[in-house]
Amino acid sequence: MRPTSVNYLKVLVPVKRCVDYAVKIRVNAAQTGVDTNVKHSMNPFDEIAVEEAVRLRERMPKSVESITVASIGPPKSGEIIRTALAMGADDGIHVEIDENAPQPEPLGVAKTLAELIKKKKNGDVDLVIMGKQAIDGDNGMTGQMLAGLLGWGQATFASKVEVLEGEKEVKVTREVDGGLEEIKVKLPAIITTDLRLNEPRYASLPNIMKAKKKKIERVTPESLGVDLKPILETIKVTEPPKRVGGGKVESVDELVEKLKAAGVV
Amino acid sequence: MLSRSARLSANNVARFSTRNAQQLRYASSSNSLLIIEHQNGKIDAGSLSALTAASQIGGEVTGLIYGAPGEIEQVIESAKKLKGLTKLLSASSPSYKAPIAETITPLLQKVVKSNSYSHVISSQSTSSKSILPRLAATLDLPALTDVTSVKHESDGSTTFTRPIYAGNAIATVKAPSSVTTKIFTVRGTAFDKAPSDESSSVEVSTIDAVEVTDSPTEHIKTELTKSDRPDLGVASKVVSGGRALKNAETFKATLDPLADVLGAAVGASRAAVDAGYADNSLQVGQTGKVVAPELYIALGISGAIQHLAGMKDSKMIVAINKDPEAPIFQVADVGLVADLFEVVPQLVEKLKK
Repeated sequence: MRPTSVNYLKVLVPVKRCVDYAVKIRVNAAQTGVDTNVKHSMNPFDEIAVEEAVRLRERMPKSVESITVASIGPPKSGEIIRTALAMGADDGIHVEIDENAPQPEPLGVAKTLAELIKKKKNGDVDLVIMGKQAIDGDNGMTGQMLAGLLGWGQATFASKVEVLEGEKEVKVTREVDGGLEEIKVKLPAIITTDLRLNEPRYASLPNIMKAKKKKIERVTPESLGVDLKPILETIKVTEPPKRVGGGKVESVDELVEKLKAAGVV
Repeated sequence: MLSRSARLSANNVARFSTRNAQQLRYASSSNSLLIIEHQNGKIDAGSLSALTAASQIGGEVTGLIYGAPGEIEQVIESAKKLKGLTKLLSASSPSYKAPIAETITPLLQKVVKSNSYSHVISSQSTSSKSILPRLAATLDLPALTDVTSVKHESDGSTTFTRPIYAGNAIATVKAPSSVTTKIFTVRGTAFDKAPSDESSSVEVSTIDAVEVTDSPTEHIKTELTKSDRPDLGVASKVVSGGRALKNAETFKATLDPLADVLGAAVGASRAAVDAGYADNSLQVGQTGKVVAPELYIALGISGAIQHLAGMKDSKMIVAINKDPEAPIFQVADVGLVADLFEVVPQLVEKLKK
């Protein structure tokens, strides 16, 4: 492993195109999946990851050499890469898969990213910042799997990231079940972002125009030697039991009556 | 290779029909490794739910406890009495005090490889979520998180259900028999907590810790929110506050009296946590804690999809909100359109009687 010089960090930010968080999810009639003929956008946690990389550069202008964004997905994933470039990333890599191919699994994505990292032009990657989970699959595993494959340190659920000058380490505050945990991780490392790490910017019009000139390299999984065929079989996708609500009361007294009737007080 | 107990049960079923014997043989050939997590000498509730899931697979269930000397002993004593465990392994080391993924994974790798476990199971704790996927990748295996049901089939495959799209859809996923070890974490609210049996005592084996001398990661400190209230993840009653609670002082002043009189845990929406009214450990939702208490009272919470994902399995949902159009009312069993600052103190007084 090439020792990392903290003065020239090469950052990789994987991003995913997902059904937009505000869309009302509908299971398709065939029960094979959800209706995806709806608005898509960058996974919110990945937006936070792109933002953090850009802020890292703003905080330490001489220390970040490059911010590369990578996405594994159908042709339209290119739009998401373009959005990240407009937010401030330098260049992109699109591992293109067929429009109708099944969605890759976390292990497959991790293997693809590992290959990208191993084959990266101009040297190794020092820091991978990625979302803690994608809001479609809600798996929350890819970052940890990538760290396991590469044998790198990992800092998951990050709510604060500090690159320690000259020490080639990051200090990360993590949101854990009972509160907060602080760890120090030597680079190269994987950080997965949690909600409160930052609030992502909206790309300005000048930056959107600039982004059109930035380079996006297109590769196929085959060229990386990765098979993205899912190992786990999705048998069916169904709706959850419907919750019927809407009961109303007009006063506190009525509310207390209902609580007592239900036996909860 | 069948364990001794599996061989015994295989012998006992010789009298049954071939089909039964075949099913039992498959069931008894599964050997699940269950991670038993703990805090301050007490076993995590999530691990007890994971034990129930492990028991449903059939076959043996081996519990694994790792921890620091001085803490682990008490946990082992409690774990010995857990119903559903067939065996217990323990590994002790000062380096296991704070469960860092890079330090724990090599131990788990050694344990999994040494005994060809068919399944590795843990809770949805932040620690398990950090460790199990890393472990799976190092073994070149897929994994699943937030599992809500598990069924191990006679052909060696295991079928799971898990929520996707913030719980707006449920995926039924099959891990084929070619996945030699199925690694997964379970949603605590989907499985009852396994009970203890005072009369039972499982055999404990000590295993060597795997010391990691070149870990890139160092634990500096953990700051846990201190509370006398029941733990949010398992409380039977939860009082939860949203953005309408103005600030941290008002959040506390409004919710605490109600939580006190109900003996409830306190939760918060993402908006409230983002705004600094409550600690991140109180966040209920798609990316926070998933709860399913007997009673969930949502105060000043609008009811965004992502919040509902964390509480819509609650037995009874009560909502108090000034906005009659708030989506929360669509899932609430009892809704009161009112100013919560007027209504909550009144509610506290009436409940005290």
